[in-house]
Amino acid sequence: MEVIAQRPKSLRDIQFTYCPGCTHGISHRLIAESIDELGLRNKMMGVAPVGCSVFAYKFFNFDMAEAAHGRAPALATGMKRARPEMHVFTYQGDGDLAAIGTAEIIHAANRGEHISVFFVNNAIYGMTGGQMAPTTLPGMKTSTSPYGRDEKDIGYPITACEMLSSLKAPYFIERVSLLSPKEIIKAKKVVKKSLQFNKENRGFTFVEFVSTCPTNWGLDPIKARDWARENMFPYFPVKNFRDKSLNGGE
Amino acid sequence: MGEKVLMKGNEAVAEAAIRAGCRLYFAYPITPQSELIEYMSRMMPKVNGTFVQAESEIAAINMVYGAAGCGKRVMTSSSSPGISLKMEGISYIAGAELPAVIINVQRGGPGLGDIQPAQGDYFQATKGGGHGDYRLIVLAPSTVQEFADMAGSAFELADKYRNPVMILSDGLLGQMMEPVDFKPHKTEEELEELGKQHYDWCMHPNEDEPNHHHHEINSLEIDPLVLEKHVIHLGEKYDEIEKNEIRYEEYNISDDNDVLVVAFGTAARIVKSAIDELQEEGKSVGMIRPITVWPYPYKAIADRITSKIKKVVVFELNLGQMVEDVKLAVNGKIPVEFLGKVGGILFTPEEAKTKILENI
Repeated sequence: MEVIAQRPKSLRDIQFTYCPGCTHGISHRLIAESIDELGLRNKMMGVAPVGCSVFAYKFFNFDMAEAAHGRAPALATGMKRARPEMHVFTYQGDGDLAAIGTAEIIHAANRGEHISVFFVNNAIYGMTGGQMAPTTLPGMKTSTSPYGRDEKDIGYPITACEMLSSLKAPYFIERVSLLSPKEIIKAKKVVKKSLQFNKENRGFTFVEFVSTCPTNWGLDPIKARDWARENMFPYFPVKNFRDKSLNGGE
Repeated sequence: MGEKVLMKGNEAVAEAAIRAGCRLYFAYPITPQSELIEYMSRMMPKVNGTFVQAESEIAAINMVYGAAGCGKRVMTSSSSPGISLKMEGISYIAGAELPAVIINVQRGGPGLGDIQPAQGDYFQATKGGGHGDYRLIVLAPSTVQEFADMAGSAFELADKYRNPVMILSDGLLGQMMEPVDFKPHKTEEELEELGKQHYDWCMHPNEDEPNHHHHEINSLEIDPLVLEKHVIHLGEKYDEIEKNEIRYEEYNISDDNDVLVVAFGTAARIVKSAIDELQEEGKSVGMIRPITVWPYPYKAIADRITSKIKKVVVFELNLGQMVEDVKLAVNGKIPVEFLGKVGGILFTPEEAKTKILENI
């Protein structure tokens, strides 16, 4: 009998801790499949963040470190510098990467660290129960913006890909979405490409996932998907921002 | 090297760390320790080591966390305000049980304070600083030679106990030049051995099944029963360290002593001059100089409280921090007097002498 679908070797046989309809499981799987396909598993190290994916260090089936909130890119820097023969990625949410960890992500990107960053943007803090994120949309209600995010008071959502694109060093920056099978298949190609560049030690790669949080948005998964399309896409356009492998490379 | 080299403490400890096998160093500039980071930026490329000037002290200590998780000898350094920033990472490193060395070249505080020598970070270094139940092993040098020698001891202790070790120095020892005798460089073979000693837990290249490993570098235990076990284990480790690693110097200690002095680091160094002068004048004063300020030599002090000694005098470059530990050791048996200088001001040997004479 031919096996046509199975758990990637890069994921351990334990249950995810994510809510029904959450996209973390999908992004984990895309990363794990890509690592398997690129034959990187035995040389891979990952850094888990603080947030809903805090237990990612349990889920991936290779060496993992659990960072303090926002510090994953600094850990990854230390890890890659300590073991240049290995490959490193961080997995971070929007609070982790675009609020408390802004210094770490900007400077890791600016140094062109040879690491891959996977950034899950669902416009809200999930683990702590639905507070305002740096990527929360104007007018969006959360448990700490109960009257809707007022951009005059607290500013506009931070667009991480656009911000990092202002730096010269990053090798690859792309935003993808995980709202339909078609988008997920496309996202997989981007994830794999970024890890291929990582394998070749080309430089800093960054992939942002436009994701959903049905639980804290208070929507069922289908409505959450539609809400993301309608509200997040205008702010967070899905596209490639940087690919130094094109035009003859760097 | 064979012969002594005249060097600043900041540079000497950096050189000694490299000789002890440190090949990864992450830091952020701050006075009065900047010679240390500058020395590392010059020397690390020459030994195929890694030097990264981090974007902040917070990033630097987290780079240390990452590299330490790979089982490598790694160090960072800073001065008081920067050490405060590192406290988050130090707590994580202690929680995850990683070996790492942190140097604090103390300056005046609180806040930005000034850039002169001080000992105001004693509480922070020995009583916590970061959150949670953890202990740092803290070494306090009083000469440039000792500062340099402590680099090697710090790495050995860090490796032995999988625990962060701090060298609690100050701006005087960092800036002052003294002749230093260096230990030889670790050989390539020794470095390779060092690299393998942590393979049972650290992050390193993997093998295929069935020997595939999944190592977690982590301080999170969401199950209280598991965390309880982990913290109890840490406590047992700290007990072991207290049993094995207390180090102190006895200076002019004898049964003739009328007064016992306790001081560490630069303060102890100044008091030594006063003790020598008093000895010439026929007054016997002994000093216990804690070399590890955690674990603390409580028993060494308690054992010196003989019937002849009427008082203990404590000297520090702060408002009185270590004096609390001395009082614990003395346990109310005799009075404990204190002289402290703050703001980055040192007391003179003359002032120390006067203070001791007042209490004879």
